[in-house]
Amino acid sequence: MTMALDDKAGDRSSDAPDGAGGAAPIVEVRGVAKHYDALVALDGIDLDFEAGRLTSLLGPSGCGKTTLLKIVAGLLEPTAGEVRVKGRPVSGPGPERAFVFQDFALLPWASVLRNAAFGLEVRGMPKAEREAIARRYVAEVGLSGFEEKYPHELSGGMRQRVGLARALAVDADVLLMDEPFSAVDEQTRRQFQEDLIRLREVENKTFLFVTHSIEEAVYLSDRIVLLSPRPGRVSRVIDLDIPRTGDPEAIRRDPVYLDMVDEIWRGLKHYVE
Amino acid sequence: MTSVQTSRADIGALATAVRRRAVGRAWRSAGWKVASLALLFGAWEIAGRSGFNFAFPTFFETMAALAEMLADGSMGAAYLRTAEPLVIGLVFSLVVGVAAGVSMGLRHDVEWFTLPVFIVMQAAPMAALIPLVTFVYGIGLTSKVLAVVILAMPVIAINSYKAVRNVPPSLRAMCRSFMGTRRQEIAKVVLPAASPMMFAGIRLGVAEGFSGVVLAELLITPTGIGDLITYHRSVAHFAHMYAAIFSIVLFAVLAVTILQWVETALFRPEKRSAA
Repeated sequence: MTMALDDKAGDRSSDAPDGAGGAAPIVEVRGVAKHYDALVALDGIDLDFEAGRLTSLLGPSGCGKTTLLKIVAGLLEPTAGEVRVKGRPVSGPGPERAFVFQDFALLPWASVLRNAAFGLEVRGMPKAEREAIARRYVAEVGLSGFEEKYPHELSGGMRQRVGLARALAVDADVLLMDEPFSAVDEQTRRQFQEDLIRLREVENKTFLFVTHSIEEAVYLSDRIVLLSPRPGRVSRVIDLDIPRTGDPEAIRRDPVYLDMVDEIWRGLKHYVE
Repeated sequence: MTSVQTSRADIGALATAVRRRAVGRAWRSAGWKVASLALLFGAWEIAGRSGFNFAFPTFFETMAALAEMLADGSMGAAYLRTAEPLVIGLVFSLVVGVAAGVSMGLRHDVEWFTLPVFIVMQAAPMAALIPLVTFVYGIGLTSKVLAVVILAMPVIAINSYKAVRNVPPSLRAMCRSFMGTRRQEIAKVVLPAASPMMFAGIRLGVAEGFSGVVLAELLITPTGIGDLITYHRSVAHFAHMYAAIFSIVLFAVLAVTILQWVETALFRPEKRSAA
């Protein structure tokens, strides 16, 4: 297990020390800033996200991590700078990106199946076709048998699984996840994290993952981008190389995992209060 | 093996018990409704018999008068007359009110331009304007339709507006993030999400519309159900007068209940399964 730490430096994204194949960046963020009147939410963000990796945006509240994710999603316009996905500048949502919402954003009047198929529905795919695809992803996230249920009949964790199935069903290259597990209880959250690691083995996707949990970021990520608040800036980029093929529980006992969590916490501590 | 069989039998018994409890609940809830009405009508009957007011008939006298008016066709004819301004006024209020409310909810420029009008309309005692309406439009159908509209439309428009405003922003962002068009966002997300509150406004508006039409028929010219009420009061047939009032209340309740059913059938399938 190797771990490369580099302080805020220009070369942070140029070569991946874990030898992930020198993958080309699929998402490029160039000089992005976001101002709300006098408030500077994000300032001068330059980042590359490589294909097939999971990058966490981690930081205290108010550091603009969700804002940055929404700018990448095309849901918010940056005040300055630009985002490129697969080389093309982002001017709005696109088919190569799918979003998983913190509050699930499920339609309460639609069944699990219709919710999971919603991304395909708005693209005009015929009903039989989109439901067949949605059925497959509903099964993949472990909700077989719940296709005809409504969101209010599901637990919080199950609702987020529907949100995940909906994002997977559109077959996007990049999954943008905005604190997806923050609204579910701790046990469900751990189960979810382990499932996400397994999911990555079958789905070759790039993940951008916003979280405020240090443990979650270290547990899941190939790379962690630490953001500092007021104004939101990149304070540090950490590349992690934790093998995640074995027992998912073993990672939580790994000394490297524990040391990393501790180190990040020491770095973030002074933002609290 | 035995334990498995027992547990299966237990599950069967449990399922039966659950079903029975659901049926029991339905009966109990119907029972409470009947009890509530029985209490109200009982109090009415006692109040009528106590003779505190010579113009106040008992419940059974009123029902007998109602049956008589239904049988001789006077009530049917009255409703046909009343229905005309009521239906025209309500359809107009619904179409214009919902359209105005939804566009105010969706667009800030429309909101600034239109909302003050509806707020004034809702706050002002519109019934006081009915004489003015008569002065301008005469005593015909137009004035009565307007009476329905000025009472029904503000609450429909303002509730539609608030309903659209209260749609969770993340649902709209979700639709956009999956590349839904503006039209899809409105049809597939905003309107169904707004429908419970919008229909609450429509139900209030329909109830207001009933007030409007009765007011118009009492204040402008006695026709339809307003005529029944006025006529029977003038000849001191108080049971008949109360029967006419009772019938319009019943009619309004029925209309509002049907609306609720339409709402669930059209927009909110999840409430059917929950019920």
